[in-house]
Amino acid sequence: MIEIKNITKSYYPGGVEAKVLKGISFTIKDGEFVAIMGPSGSGKSTIMHILGALDSPSSGEYFLDGKDVSKFSDDELADIRKNKIGFVFQAFNLLPRATVVRNVSLPLIYAGIPKKEREERAIKALRSAGFDESRFYNLSNQLSGGQMQRVAIARALVNSPSLILADEPTGNLDTKTGDIVLGTFQRLNAEGKTVVLITHEPYVAEHAERIIHIKDGSVLEDKKNENKRVIKL
Amino acid sequence: MDYSDLLQETTFALLSNKVRSGLTILGIVIGIGSVIAMIAIGQGAQNSIQASIQSIGSNLIVVMPGSQRSGVVSAGRGSATTLTQADADAIASDISGVAVAPDITKRYQVIVPGQNTNTQVIGTTPEYVQIRKYDIAEGSFITSDQVRSMARVAVIGPTTASDLFGDGVDPIGKIVRINGIDFNIIGITVSKGSSGFLNQDDFLIIPITTAQHLLAGVDYVSTISIQAPDQNSMADIQQQITDLLLARHRISNPQSADFSVMNQADIVSTASSVTNTFTILLASVAGISLIVGGIGIMNMMLTTVTERTREIGLRKAIGAKKRDINLQFLAEAILLTFAGGFLGIVLGFLLSLLISNFMGMATQVSLFSILLAFGVSAIIGIVFGYYPAQRASKLNPIEALRYE
Repeated sequence: MIEIKNITKSYYPGGVEAKVLKGISFTIKDGEFVAIMGPSGSGKSTIMHILGALDSPSSGEYFLDGKDVSKFSDDELADIRKNKIGFVFQAFNLLPRATVVRNVSLPLIYAGIPKKEREERAIKALRSAGFDESRFYNLSNQLSGGQMQRVAIARALVNSPSLILADEPTGNLDTKTGDIVLGTFQRLNAEGKTVVLITHEPYVAEHAERIIHIKDGSVLEDKKNENKRVIKL
Repeated sequence: MDYSDLLQETTFALLSNKVRSGLTILGIVIGIGSVIAMIAIGQGAQNSIQASIQSIGSNLIVVMPGSQRSGVVSAGRGSATTLTQADADAIASDISGVAVAPDITKRYQVIVPGQNTNTQVIGTTPEYVQIRKYDIAEGSFITSDQVRSMARVAVIGPTTASDLFGDGVDPIGKIVRINGIDFNIIGITVSKGSSGFLNQDDFLIIPITTAQHLLAGVDYVSTISIQAPDQNSMADIQQQITDLLLARHRISNPQSADFSVMNQADIVSTASSVTNTFTILLASVAGISLIVGGIGIMNMMLTTVTERTREIGLRKAIGAKKRDINLQFLAEAILLTFAGGFLGIVLGFLLSLLISNFMGMATQVSLFSILLAFGVSAIIGIVFGYYPAQRASKLNPIEALRYE
């Protein structure tokens, strides 16, 4: 469960305060599928960084599974990312010369999981991301964009996080493969995973159950998505 | 992240860019290789010099006469005739554990029918063979009975034997004539070889009494050779000899002693210090190439950190701490220099083999230089890998992930 209360974030480029987030509050329950939508410059990326424990807010509180992580140190934040968050990036960010299984098991190395179990869990995660079994030991730079994003999803799943955080996951994909990725998120959500999708595209956001609209660092609108698009894989 | 994972990640990263890794370690390979080869040359030179000094005799102390003075005129070092058989006997009886052999050495014309040569004739006692490390090839050395009876017998060096009798002729039983006196050859020594310009096989050894009374007509000795029981007691025995001889010669001021006591270890250490300087010079030139190699490593690591900024961002996003990133890049640098160090040791070995085979120089690759090479390459890895690793670990994950 995610609870953020009156979060602000300011940057000081050139010594002048720039308020990117001006007091944002919302709650995401376990098992929800939420899209955070807004145009570029709205502050949605900053929200993603704070939700993903990559950054700390200037003020306000962020409770993740009951713990206030807003005041955590760098190393404590790294632990939160390791154990509770799974990231899916627009640019996939796979290790190019490594096999698919190796890419997926990478987070488990930092979690100190023994080697044999790493591989088992990586294969399990790849299966639940719907990745083609025959390509498990291909190098990741031999894959298509859609396949790469599924590897990235599997990597996000592998340490069974509380929250899957996807930042423009379809941004580098064509509509068809983008739909497959969105369908994968829907299926994972149906299996009980909490998914937060950050996007500027209304079409992508409409695949979520709930849309939080951000504009100029504030929540413009936060409501249930009445006409959810459902993708059947 | 445990160490086997760290090692695996590191080797993976280095092997995924084989050409670059290979080129980067080349500097270290050449640096370590040349350090090892240079130290091997220095060590080899030192060993051969030491061996030739040691072949004169081990734990050897030599008492030489000092200068003879008449009034203020000095006749030069070695001219004094103050050392006597009695001095030698006193050293043998007063100082425990030593072997003493006085000798009187002069050059004479040695004649056999149809041939003659000029060589040094050493009049000495039976202990000389042991102190000066001569081995008897055939026959026997002079005995104390022969010394007592002023026997006219001689032991011949192999070079003198071949000069007088020709190669392959057994000299034992033959007669040589020195100053009109016939000497019966009773033994021949094993060749010691020549050390530089000094031929150690060109001599005749006869009983000291014969040399003093029948040949030279004097009763002094030219030098006294003393063998100490071991290396550690050398300095102490040297001091005892000095004190004893000062007392016997009734000299109160050691500065005006009419003899000098020389220690073989002094000669060895002088020679060693020369070769040490030589080794240090060679090795430091080679060491400069190591530093250049290290800078190459740092350069490559900085490039790698920039190139892999997104990877670093990703690793941080999935839970790597600063320490993990730091260790990973430091390990990459150390592994590079270790691989370079290992190949450098192989190269150094090959170089020193080539040098000793084709240039005829003695070389010796010592364990010390290998350990030094490994230590130095590890230190280079740490020193030159530290800054790039720090830079990697301090990257902000958000900016690193956005890096294009």
